[in-house]
This record gives sequence, C-alpha cells and structure tokens, in this order.
Amino acid sequence: MTSLVANKVSVRAGDTLIVEDASLSIKPGELVAILGANGAGKTSLLRALLGITKASSGAAYINGEDCFGMPPSKRAKIVSYLPQRRPLAWPLRVRDVIALGRFAHGAALGRLSSVDKAAVEEAIESCKLGQLQGRSTDNLSGGELARVHFARAIAAKAPLLIADEPVAELDPRHQILVADLIRQFVTNGGGALVVLHEVALAARIADRLIWMKNGRIIADGTPQETLTSQTMEDVYGVKAHVSSDPRGFDIRVEAAT
Amino acid sequence: MTSRRLIFILGVASLVCIVVACAFGSTPMDFTRVVSALFGLSSAGDHVVIWEIRLPRALAAYVVGAALGASGAALQGLLRNPLAEPGVLGVTATASLSATFALYYGLAASSAYLLPVYAIAGALAATALLAAAATRIKSVVTLILLGVGLSSFSAAAMSLLLNLAPNPFSLTDMINWLLGSVANRSFEDLRISMPFIVAGIAILFFSRRGLSALTLGEEAASGLGLNLSRQRIVVVVGAGVATGASVALAGAIGFVGIVAPHLIRPIVAYDPARSLLPSAMLAGVILVIADIGVRLLPTATELKLGVVAAIIGAPAFIWIAVSRRVTYD
Repeated sequence: MTSLVANKVSVRAGDTLIVEDASLSIKPGELVAILGANGAGKTSLLRALLGITKASSGAAYINGEDCFGMPPSKRAKIVSYLPQRRPLAWPLRVRDVIALGRFAHGAALGRLSSVDKAAVEEAIESCKLGQLQGRSTDNLSGGELARVHFARAIAAKAPLLIADEPVAELDPRHQILVADLIRQFVTNGGGALVVLHEVALAARIADRLIWMKNGRIIADGTPQETLTSQTMEDVYGVKAHVSSDPRGFDIRVEAAT
Repeated sequence: MTSRRLIFILGVASLVCIVVACAFGSTPMDFTRVVSALFGLSSAGDHVVIWEIRLPRALAAYVVGAALGASGAALQGLLRNPLAEPGVLGVTATASLSATFALYYGLAASSAYLLPVYAIAGALAATALLAAAATRIKSVVTLILLGVGLSSFSAAAMSLLLNLAPNPFSLTDMINWLLGSVANRSFEDLRISMPFIVAGIAILFFSRRGLSALTLGEEAASGLGLNLSRQRIVVVVGAGVATGASVALAGAIGFVGIVAPHLIRPIVAYDPARSLLPSAMLAGVILVIADIGVRLLPTATELKLGVVAAIIGAPAFIWIAVSRRVTYD
C-alpha cells in the first residue's frame, strides 16, 4: 500500500528550528490539508518530505522506504509535487507543460510514448484544458495557468500528490474548480497533502486537517474534531466564531488577538 | 515545424554554406571548380587552395559557431534566461585569458594540446564559478552581472599581459587571439580542437531533457525527478569543454550563442531541449556566413571574425534584453 509517513521530522535554518518533530502520514483515498499562519513551517515541512531541503533530524518513508536517500526520479513516480511558486521561464505550449509531468517516466517533449500521451490526454481531459492545449502559456489567465500546473502534476500518475497553496491568488470560482480537481484526484484513488490558507475551503474538501504553529503540529484530525474557535485562536491568533451544520462550517473571524 | 524537419533544413543549409565559403577568397572560384576540388578532380593548385586553406577555415568557423550556439542554448536553459551566453557570462574571456597566459609564457609551444587544455580549463573555471554562484544567487540578473564582472576582470588581466608583452610579435599574436579569427586554420588545428567540441556538444545534448524540466523552475524540476546538482555539473562541463575548445581554435567570438538560440526558440515552441541542436547548427551557419562577409568586405586589412560577430551581435543582445517579456527574478 502506497503511503507517505513522516516521523519526528525537524528542519533547521542556521540556528532557527523551522519545523520541529513533525509526524504525519497520508495514504491513497485521503485528502489532508495543512493549515497554519505564514511562517508556520508548512512549506519547509513539505520540502523536507520531498528531500528538496535536508531534514536536520527525523525520518520520512515512502512505501516504507527512506525517502531522504531515494533517487529523485524514483520518488517522483510515487509523489508528484506542485510547488507554491510556479515560474515559467519560457512560454511553452500548454500541452508541453503538462507533458513535463511525465519527466520521471523518461518522456521528452515532442517525442512522447503512447503511455505518456495517454496520461497527458487524461490530465487535459480531467482539467478541461482541451481548448487551451495548443495555446502558449504566456497568454493564459491566472486561473487557467493554475489548472495547467495542476494537470502537469496529475499527468505523472503518481499515487500521491503534494500541493503547496494550489489555490492561492485565485478568484472564488477558480478556487472551487481547483479544489474540485483535487477532490476528484482523491476520489479516483489518489492521496493528497495540500497546504491551504482558506480554512473554510479546507474544511469543506479535506478528510483531515493538520494544524501547524511555529514549526510544530498542534492538531491533526477531522474538521469536526479540530476546527474550533480555540484552534483558530491558537494557530492564527484570531477570535473566530465557528459553527457547523450538516451542510458545512461557518467561520466568522471577528478580531485579531 | 517538427524537430527532424528543422534539423534537416539546417543540415542542408550548413552544407551549402560550407561549399559556398570555399568559393570565396583572394582568387574567386566558380562552383564547378570548388566541387571538383572537393572531390579531388581538379588541378593541384585548386586542390591546395580548397583543402589546405578554404575548407579548414570554413569548417573551423562552423564548429566554433556550433560549440558557442550549443553552449549558449544550454546555459540559457540552465539559468532560465535568454541573455545567458558564454561571451556575456565571461566564459570566453576567461578561456582566452587562460590561453593567452599559456602563449605568453611559451607553455603552448611544448605540445599542441596544451593550448586547448588551457582554454578549456579557463572556461571550466568560469562556468563552475557561475553554476556554484547560481545555487546561492536567486536573481538571474545578479548572475549575469557576475558574468560581466568576470568578463571585465579577464579583460583587465589580458590588458596587463598585453601591457607587459616582451616584443611586438607576441603582442600581435595575442591581439589576433583577442579579436577572434578562423583565418589560416588548418586541418591539424581542427584535429586538435574538434574532439573536445564534439564531446562538449554531446555532453550538452545528453542533458537536454533536464533543461526542459527546468522551465518550471528548480523546485518543480526537482519535484519532477530531476537531479539538480548533476544537471548543473553536466551543463557546466559540457559548455566549458565546448566553449574552451572553440576559444582554442578561434579566440574570443561573442554573441553568436545568444542570437542563434533566440531565433530557434519560437520555431521549436520554446522547448530548451529541442532548441539545442538546431541552435548549434544555426550558429555554425551564421559564423560561416559572417566569415564569408569578412573576406568580401573591401577593407585594406582583413576584418577579424570576432569583431564582425560583436558588431552584429551586441545590438542584437541589447534588443533581446529590452524586448524581453518573461521576467523571472
């Protein structure tokens, strides 16, 4: 069974401890959202799990195998990663950006195997990018670009997805569109670990919420268990009124503490 | 256009340019004389002119262009900036400095291979410094400024060597080197430098898939499964060897590594991998044509190829810098 498990991972930058003893796990069929204030260590934790930054202590395992020492190409076939900053150095075509998702499988742009082609087609289809696939990426809107990057991430057909703020800077409609794509990925049997700032959205789509503060995980559980006025105050330093009914959560932020 | 078709067209253009280049010189030859000389069916005189003078010269211009074009395209892919190029980044200047140093102290006299070795060592030192700095300096503009600094320093050190030149003959030698030229190159010169150029281009060619991945930035590329440090080392070594060997053959020739990839990119949908080989071929064609131009211009002293390349290339550099749309810093 595919899984990503972190055991007491710490990340240090100089003398500062950015992430401290973080333990978590994700598996297919599960959508886990990481929540926390700016600078809580969310991105650093993700980067450490992927071996992009070095963890100062602790261990992480992909399918039981130490993922810090794993060759990047092997790791990429199991976990696909959508970083927070998504620069495009050259105005590639939409289809080519998505095809880069097949990199770990040995794909080269312009010479895709039939398996790679099928995966790219599927990603284009599920992100509804058929109309845009021949377009250059330098004349797309922010929302369209977000979908292109997401399609690139799922074209890898990796069972796990790590996405860092996939809906940041998107309008409400595109936030919902991308969130639905993540949900769809999980429904189809994937496992996702997603950093979000939109608490209400996270509560709506995630099976589990991981709350981080000052580099530590202070709560990990279902939205019903962990989304409370108290957690909002602990994590974000805001007075918030949280209520829930069968349709979802209602969060009203009233003041900064 | 498909890559294969583009490469075929550039291949034909390369052949045509090299044959045409053989027709020009102090004694113009018509096409039939050139071709029969190429196939060894002509008078002994024509044979000597073609095989000893014009063909090696045209081939030298072509391989030097190819080395610079491939290095430029690869460095642009690695650093994700269209202005990256061996000349702008100070790689050719450092290679020239290192080679001039070998000439100055007479080190190059002991073995024909020492000159390219010195030039390559200089180029590798510069590319390695740039790649090491690139891991820390996130701004590409700062990195290019570092290259400009490196270039200025090499130029200053070179001026020092010129200043201290023991006699006018070594001064002329060094100046010829600085200006960049493929005049009077022989097959023997080609035999020494070409293996390095071919090896450098081959190394770059094998790293091309990683260059496509780097379009998404270093973080996403490593998420895609690219081994970043290995990619950097491979491009540095490939560009260093190819550029160094090209400097050993022709001295410092700038800007062709910027212009050729810039023209190729829109044709290959901006994919750095698919621009590599066509950029090399187009840069070769450009230098062969520029070298024909050098011979045709009615000047009292023959112009140096490097001078002409810079006169055309520098304004192109400015134009690309000003009209750049993608800002990634």
